[in-house]
Amino acid sequence: MSKPQDFDAKAYWSATLRLLVITLVIWFVVSFGAGILFRDALDGIHLGGYPLGFWFAQQGSIFVFVGLIFWYARRMDKIDREHDVHEE
Amino acid sequence: MDLKTLTFVVVGLSFALYIGIAIWARAGTTKEFYIAGGGVHPIINGMATGADWMSAASFISMAGLIAFLGYGGSVYLMGWTGGYVLLAVLLAPYLRKFGKFTVPEFIGDRYYSQTARIVAVICLIFISFTYVAGQMRGVGIVFSRFLEVDITTGLIIGMGLVFFYAVLGGMKGITYTQVAQYCVLIFAYTIPAVFISLQISGNVFPQLGLGGHMGDMYFLDKLNKTVTDLGFAAYTTGNKTMIDVFCITLALMAGTAGLPHVIVRFFTVPKVHDARLSAGWALVFIAILYTTAPAVGAMARYNLHATVNTAVASSGDMFAPDASIVGESRPDWMKRWEKTGLIKWEDKNGDGRIQYYNDKSKDPAFLAKVEAAGWKGNELGSEAKGKFTGKVDNDIMVLANPEIAGLPNWVIALIAAGGIAAALSTAAGLLLVISSAISHDLMKGVFAKDISEKGELMAGRVAAAVAVLVAGYLGYNPPGFVAQVVAFAFGLACASLFPTIVMGIFSKSMNRGGAIAGMLTGLVFTLAYIVYFKRDVLLGMPKVPDTEWLFGISPEGIGVVGMILNFAVSFVVMKLTPACPDHIQHLVESIRYPRGAGTAQAH
Repeated sequence: MSKPQDFDAKAYWSATLRLLVITLVIWFVVSFGAGILFRDALDGIHLGGYPLGFWFAQQGSIFVFVGLIFWYARRMDKIDREHDVHEE
Repeated sequence: MDLKTLTFVVVGLSFALYIGIAIWARAGTTKEFYIAGGGVHPIINGMATGADWMSAASFISMAGLIAFLGYGGSVYLMGWTGGYVLLAVLLAPYLRKFGKFTVPEFIGDRYYSQTARIVAVICLIFISFTYVAGQMRGVGIVFSRFLEVDITTGLIIGMGLVFFYAVLGGMKGITYTQVAQYCVLIFAYTIPAVFISLQISGNVFPQLGLGGHMGDMYFLDKLNKTVTDLGFAAYTTGNKTMIDVFCITLALMAGTAGLPHVIVRFFTVPKVHDARLSAGWALVFIAILYTTAPAVGAMARYNLHATVNTAVASSGDMFAPDASIVGESRPDWMKRWEKTGLIKWEDKNGDGRIQYYNDKSKDPAFLAKVEAAGWKGNELGSEAKGKFTGKVDNDIMVLANPEIAGLPNWVIALIAAGGIAAALSTAAGLLLVISSAISHDLMKGVFAKDISEKGELMAGRVAAAVAVLVAGYLGYNPPGFVAQVVAFAFGLACASLFPTIVMGIFSKSMNRGGAIAGMLTGLVFTLAYIVYFKRDVLLGMPKVPDTEWLFGISPEGIGVVGMILNFAVSFVVMKLTPACPDHIQHLVESIRYPRGAGTAQAH
């Protein structure tokens, strides 16, 4: 495995880590945040027949996870291309 | 056609499909045997991962768990899906770039140590065998309940089938059968859910139906009122402490990301880019079932109450003498499932009617009503060891769901095929990681380095065959605690493999000593805590009271503490032992960017 030419490994890795942190913050907020820690407060709000905290815990967090992974994959593709380390 | 014949036909057709696929997708090389040649499309891999991941427990037990836990069941929903985010951002793409066949191989190479590799194999085998025994048991149970053959016959048929396609086809055969099994299980799960959602709130989508109206009030409000009137905890609040919910959820998430049979699925896609996408597709396919399960659970719970107490549906007085149904005229499905012991009626006050309520309630106002109505204890439960227990079995909520809701026979037959598909697909994936850990990590990697490709392939097949037999034996004769420890496999993966792999990717300086010490600390601490607090089940010793839990964390959630200890011990030992050599630091650097991932073999 030879290193790609003119590849700034430090800049690539810090861009990757920045995206990783953003992704994990969203991951944490929709599940542990909305579904567990702040559930009681959110349950006062209703989404149709769902108390909002309960909805996040049993439905919403899962929907967000799905969207989050695809969003992350797209952003990573962009970072890969900007640093010219993408696959052919 | 009667129900039994119909079930045989549906299950038989699904088996013929799996066998056909197995013959078509035979493995000829070790690369095909371990990672399906490495050319699997990310959507196909996502679907296979979905089937691999969703086991008999997801299919048969989860909705029932949610039904009786209400909000508390959320730990499984978030825990068993959120792990895919961790997989996508922390593990899958980097391990794919590393480009080898097994998880212990990564740990051995990254930590330049055969000892680390062997410790990883031990973790892997322990995690996978506990799991697979539960699956084989699931196959046996579905067979015996739907087809009325005994558990042993069911087990032998299930073992034969897994043997056929896992041993012949390796990862390649498993991948394509799992795609078929996913289709079977997802139809089997969603069709009854759609019918029931239509019946309850008139909505085609169970995900919306759960939040929809029932008559003039919201369904969830109606359910909350019903269960609290009968003395149970409100459905949408549950009764676990916040710290415990937090820890169990995190342990299940990190555990999911650290499960070897899930990780290896991402070795089969052609590119790093595909590994990221494939995690997303896997979660799409999993989410279809996981967002349906809460509706199935809540609606089945409501239907059960409405069946035994006619005042539930009419909003009348549930304590009126004629509200509870007459035992002799209980529905046929109840009589049928009583034979399996999953549900049982015991007339405690001798009035010939079934009273189903929470007799452990501490609410004086509720107890006064119970007293006035002449109820003498909860009369609906299940049967264990020939005795009545005060709790209806979780599994009945999915298994008898179509009958409770009065759905046609072909839906019931489909549930049988779906349950078997869920159990077989997971069992096959587990057996494959066990066999590759033995043939590739232990034999090729450590004890018989000069083995030929052909010899290794043969060793893999023999190891898979032996693993099927051991799994079958464990399923036939479970050591009592199998069902109890399946959930703990997650805690062990969370405390041992997950942190060690993550540090291997995100820290260039983590060294051999740190990794081995961390893995062993996580494994031993978590195992010891679980054994200590579950010693009543595991060792037959007197139970330790739950009040002694460390920080109020249950054994299910303790993997999180094990994970923190793993990280901490690794860091301290790293500082005290020789630094990580340069060539390993270069290796870590090279797995961090996608370009140059080995070109895959097309097939």
